[in-house]
Amino acid sequence: MSLKTFVMGGVHPPEQKISAAEAIRILPLPKTITVPVSQHLGATAALEVKRGDLVKTGQLLAKATGFISANIHSPATGKVAKIDVVMNQSGYKRTSIIIETTDDEWMDDIDTSPDLLREITLSKKEIIDRIHNMGVVGLGGATFPVYVKMMVPEGKKAELLLINGVECEPYLTADHRLMLERSDELMVGITILMRALGVEKAIIGIENNKPDAIEKLSALSQKYPGISVQALKVKYPQGGEKQLIKAVTGREVPSGKLPIEVGCVVDNVGTAVAVYEAVQKNKPLIERIVTITGKAAKRPGNYLVRVGTPISALIEAAGGMPENLGKVVGGGPMMGKALMDVEAPVVKGSSGVLLMPDEEAHRVVVRNCIRCSRCTTVCPMGLEPYLLAQLVKHEKWDKAEDNRIMDCIECGSCHYTCPSGRPLLDYIRLGKTKVGTIIRTRGKK
Amino acid sequence: MNDVMIYAVISLSAIGVAAAVILYFVAQRFKVIEDPRIDAVEEQVPGANCGGCGYAGCRAFAEAVVNAGNMDGFNCPVGGNETMKAVARILGLEAEEKEPLVAVLRCNGSYAHAPKKANYEGATTCAFAHGLFSGESGCPNGCLGLGDCVESCAFDAMYMDPETGLPIVISDNCVACGACVKACPRNIFELRPKGKKERRIYVSCVNEEKGVHARKNCSVACIGCGACVKVCPFDAITMQNNLAYIDPEKCKLCRKCAPVCPTNAILEINFPPRKERPEKTKDDAPKDPAPTPLPPQQPNMSQVH
Repeated sequence: MSLKTFVMGGVHPPEQKISAAEAIRILPLPKTITVPVSQHLGATAALEVKRGDLVKTGQLLAKATGFISANIHSPATGKVAKIDVVMNQSGYKRTSIIIETTDDEWMDDIDTSPDLLREITLSKKEIIDRIHNMGVVGLGGATFPVYVKMMVPEGKKAELLLINGVECEPYLTADHRLMLERSDELMVGITILMRALGVEKAIIGIENNKPDAIEKLSALSQKYPGISVQALKVKYPQGGEKQLIKAVTGREVPSGKLPIEVGCVVDNVGTAVAVYEAVQKNKPLIERIVTITGKAAKRPGNYLVRVGTPISALIEAAGGMPENLGKVVGGGPMMGKALMDVEAPVVKGSSGVLLMPDEEAHRVVVRNCIRCSRCTTVCPMGLEPYLLAQLVKHEKWDKAEDNRIMDCIECGSCHYTCPSGRPLLDYIRLGKTKVGTIIRTRGKK
Repeated sequence: MNDVMIYAVISLSAIGVAAAVILYFVAQRFKVIEDPRIDAVEEQVPGANCGGCGYAGCRAFAEAVVNAGNMDGFNCPVGGNETMKAVARILGLEAEEKEPLVAVLRCNGSYAHAPKKANYEGATTCAFAHGLFSGESGCPNGCLGLGDCVESCAFDAMYMDPETGLPIVISDNCVACGACVKACPRNIFELRPKGKKERRIYVSCVNEEKGVHARKNCSVACIGCGACVKVCPFDAITMQNNLAYIDPEKCKLCRKCAPVCPTNAILEINFPPRKERPEKTKDDAPKDPAPTPLPPQQPNMSQVH
């Protein structure tokens, strides 16, 4: 099989997949669970429970409001101790439901047996409804509600389902382990997604630093019609939606458009398994696989964690807080954010927790731009990061928009490669929020 | 050789004269008739183009005020009352006397009061840091200390104090143009009346969290206890979203509120030192036992938050 990759830009950070050989372990239920009502992209869910209510595992806690939103379910059995504002991963306080766990008694209509259900009995509409009701969101990190993606807008046609098993972030191995250990469920999940979209073909894209996953899924795909595996060259940020489409199909998503424009829908492998559980087992999205890793971590590993578990519990499971800890990053080293508080809960979008030793945790001294144009070379979207950063610094929002600042996928390759250590992505992110607000207000007028 | 020079001089002079004649007639024909008062007003205003009046610049302000024909809502904060009187004279109107304002930082979360819990090394702009996280102290409303306000100030009226990590407003230089109010992503700055002898009392906190949460991050946060509201004889203090606010129009600077604040969130600026009143301090004494933890940060006379 020939290896494919995307053409423009990209970097090769050290892979550091130190937890790749660690099988997924189940993290025990913590005593208290904190479930934020906003764990997804879009509108905050509306509360369905009140203080003192007894909830079972899988019970609806908060209902989706509006088109882009997702239901939130209880990750444990217990009593709603209070509904309060709790610090999230960035230190801001957001409304959360705090549950004191007593037990792990699942709702009656959830199938908790480990049997694999291959037969898909539901129709297209029923599948989409089930995905919506079970609060399934994209588990790649963006937490976009999956059911919205399944509803192809009129006039567009989906031809191809791309399954993202790239996991291009260094250190993270959650998707890798999931592909190895839950490959059958993954395959059924992909078949369900294919039926919901009405497509005949699905391709799983996997970087060839995971040869075991490629081999296993290739062999398995013989049994599932329409599904194939495409091995990809290792290059960051191949897991980006647009980069994956370019790598696998050679198609280019036009600026400012969604993948459906070129007939593609992209979903993460984790999402496919969540869809399988939602549709076949009636199980809401209340747990996910999280990698706990990093050079400072004593026992790196992959854990199946209930949403709402404090990150400190994960760190405890990985051998406790290291002495030389510099910072704790939520997510991978390239796109992740340092955490303000380790008591913040694991949410639907948490893919990993990275413990960085102090000597690696600091940024280098910022020097002047030397016009080496490395940032332009590595930008996978063909942007000019040095220019965008300058435009944002001088608040030239219109020019930043003309220079396609909204196309930035925030992969951080520019910042990674900059020999002067300039915080290019910081400024671009700031510019994206400002320009985004300007575009939205313009749309309202 | 000489001939060439003479021809050149003559022909160029001729072109010059011809162009002058054409330009004269064109200027007459396409003359823009403008109210001469606009120029006169523009001469009176300071020419800083700071935008503090709400217009794009001093010229735009002059045009607007001349065209409006009255002085309602027009105020040049930089020039102050004298400038507005001069403008009014040109227009034959009366200028309203306005109290001079000054920018006030409603946050006292210095390194000592709100210790650092995190270390931020990213881009040095508050606007970005505000979107990224709650701040090094953890207070989601407090000063981020990266100096967007200092950058925005066109009058050298601000600098960052390296000891506290907070910006300091130099009252004499501040013209209340409002640039810092707009620049601050957390809306900490407020334009308040300068006050007689520069005396001001204000709640130096904008944290709207419940008292417990606010107290965790900062020892001088307003905890919304309402003690100041009760003690105020002029109804000048209102409590909204766990945060007290002193209305400068109603406040008579009686200084009753500051001593009852359990967290010293109310700052009194440029007042003479308080006389010890034994019966008062008894009530307060248990809260602040002998080794006083931290005095309420009272900036000195000329440099004021």
